[in-house]
Amino acid sequence: MIRYLLARLLTFVPTFLGVTLISFAFIRVLPGDPIIVMAGERGLTEERYAELVTQFGFDKPLPVQFWTYLTGVLQGDLGVSYVTKRPVWDEFFALFPATLELSLCAIVFAIAIGLPAGVIAAVNRGKLFDRALMSTALVGYSMPIFWWALLLIIVFSGNLGWTPVSGRMGLLYFFEPVTGFMLIDSVLSGQSGAFGSAVRHLILPTIVLGTIPLAVIARQTRSAMLEVLSEDYIRTARAKGLSPLRVNGLHALRNAMIPVVTVIGLSVGTLLAGAILTETIFSWPGIGKWMVDSIFRRDYPVVQGGLLLIASMVMVVNLTVDILYGFINPKIRARK
Amino acid sequence: MALLSIRNLSVEFATASGSFRAVDAIDVTVDPGDILAIVGESGSGKSVSMLALMGLLPWTATVTADEMRFDGKDLRAMTPRTRRRIIGKDIAMIFQEPMSSLNPCFTVGFQIKEGLKKHLGLDARARHARALELMEMVGIPDPVRRLSAYPHQMSGGMSQRVMIAMAIACRPRLLIADEPTTALDVTIQAQILDLLTALQAETGMALILITHDMGVVAETARRVSVQYAGQKVEEQPVGPLFATPHHPYTSALLAALPERATTRLLPTIPGVVPGQFDRPPGCLFAPRCAFADATCQNTPPPVQPPAKGLVRCHYPLGGPA
Ligand SMILES: Nc1ncnc2c1ncn2[C@@H]1O[C@H](COP(=O)(O)OP(=O)(O)O)[C@@H](O)[C@H]1O
Ligand code: SF4
Ligand SMILES: [Mg+2]
Repeated sequence: MIRYLLARLLTFVPTFLGVTLISFAFIRVLPGDPIIVMAGERGLTEERYAELVTQFGFDKPLPVQFWTYLTGVLQGDLGVSYVTKRPVWDEFFALFPATLELSLCAIVFAIAIGLPAGVIAAVNRGKLFDRALMSTALVGYSMPIFWWALLLIIVFSGNLGWTPVSGRMGLLYFFEPVTGFMLIDSVLSGQSGAFGSAVRHLILPTIVLGTIPLAVIARQTRSAMLEVLSEDYIRTARAKGLSPLRVNGLHALRNAMIPVVTVIGLSVGTLLAGAILTETIFSWPGIGKWMVDSIFRRDYPVVQGGLLLIASMVMVVNLTVDILYGFINPKIRARK
Repeated sequence: MALLSIRNLSVEFATASGSFRAVDAIDVTVDPGDILAIVGESGSGKSVSMLALMGLLPWTATVTADEMRFDGKDLRAMTPRTRRRIIGKDIAMIFQEPMSSLNPCFTVGFQIKEGLKKHLGLDARARHARALELMEMVGIPDPVRRLSAYPHQMSGGMSQRVMIAMAIACRPRLLIADEPTTALDVTIQAQILDLLTALQAETGMALILITHDMGVVAETARRVSVQYAGQKVEEQPVGPLFATPHHPYTSALLAALPERATTRLLPTIPGVVPGQFDRPPGCLFAPRCAFADATCQNTPPPVQPPAKGLVRCHYPLGGPA
């Protein structure tokens, strides 16, 4: 297991270098000059422009610029935002908890509903619940996120007035972030009603972001369960006189989880991509919105640093899934 | 009183191409401590009839019976929950494929102890002690270590021993062994059979042994039931059956056994067991029977009296038993 982990970590090196290069190249491929964008309506003099070009190092050839960037990254320095003049790291850590909170809520939502739904559908294969669930999952999977978000906003925020439309917290409440998670900080603040406000702000973004993973998890759980339910060892479990709950929920699900965990891990990548859209729709102050804003501003350090951090996160999540996979599948654990 | 008594058991499967009768009006009676062998070619409904008794058939199966009693209790009238208190406790079953019959995600110990908790309510310490005892009973060396092993770390023979340990864990009064050795190496086959007969003698449980192996039948069983195409075609105590088979099918099975045979498995009889689409209108064995005539081809044969081995045949063989 240790050797396997080391080997896996070693494969991170080329991936990491590749991502660094791609994130560096990506933003530079986009047309638009960051200095002009920054100057905006005011414009700027030729001298000032030349000064900034030297300051940002744009006068040097691209390979040299990349080398400077890479050596910085390897020393843990992601640079400073052109716009806010704050280090990319600081901005990332200030905004990341918002994204993490939303993503966690979305994946918990997706698992909490998708997993049992998939199990129940498989156990009642071909019956009404199964068909209804599978059609719904197909719709959920192919639903345009933007349209879905608008629909929910119109119904729950507009017509019913139950949920707020944007942000993480009502304007009535204010407190300094401690953990960065509104659900926790609102409780720590001791302000009554703050927690409820945090929850209400989370509901719609969670549903919007969680819909596709929910559909994917439900479908994968169902098909994995169907396969497992026809196995001999399920017959053995039933021959012991165990209850259907134990046979389906323990003996079958435990085996079906092996492919499902992979799918959950893969949805984390999808989730981060979905977060960009969801955060933009709901003005959620997380890294998704941060990335979009920075791309429009041509804020090179933020975009390349942000992409690099997001990619690293996906790699770490995939590794975690792999380890988890080993734990739930004894055959793999033994081999490693 | 009989421990198990089943009368007129039929099982129909709903398939894409219509309904298919896999078990057709079968009677099974087993007394306490009895050993019944069920023999017949592949596809003759041996497994399906026993799975019907266990309540383990998929929902596509429709089970009907005039009587299905275990220990005097009517299994048909029970709720599934009540029936599950008998299944795995008083009636246990082991299967043909030991390797795939154990759950790959749980340790051997976990799978053995599960029934002990459910049916006997033993605490963790008592479960562990009983599991060790069972591992020793079924002849698994190094039981302490084996209890925490996973199924993929064991051979087929070891897996079948674990299956047997699991099956006898709650001291069942009836054990059904469905071709328990078919998937194993020849040398292991004898060991597993010896183990089963030894455990049967030791515990006094009744045993239903489904097998292909006429040699095994001769050595192990007290009574033999011969099944063909979903029907029971003959039933006799083992001695008389080998001496005077009354059904042409039984007779054909025995024809090459045992001295003249190079293999102990069922000799091949020309032709195949009829399936869903080629069931003859009269006697199901008629297409392969050396004695078949027009009556056989058109009229289903009656069941003959016990003196004639309850055979389903118009023209039973052999003199009065
Ligand atoms: N789940 C099922 N659905 C449809 N047909 C089945 C099913 N299980 C068994 N059968 C059919 O029932 C017949 C009897 O099978 P089985 O009892 O397994 O025979 P065997 O005597 O070899 O144990 C076979 O023709 C088989 O194809
Ligand atoms: S009824 Fe006729 S065909 Fe059938 S087994 Fe007897 S003799 Fe053969
Ligand atoms: Mg069978």
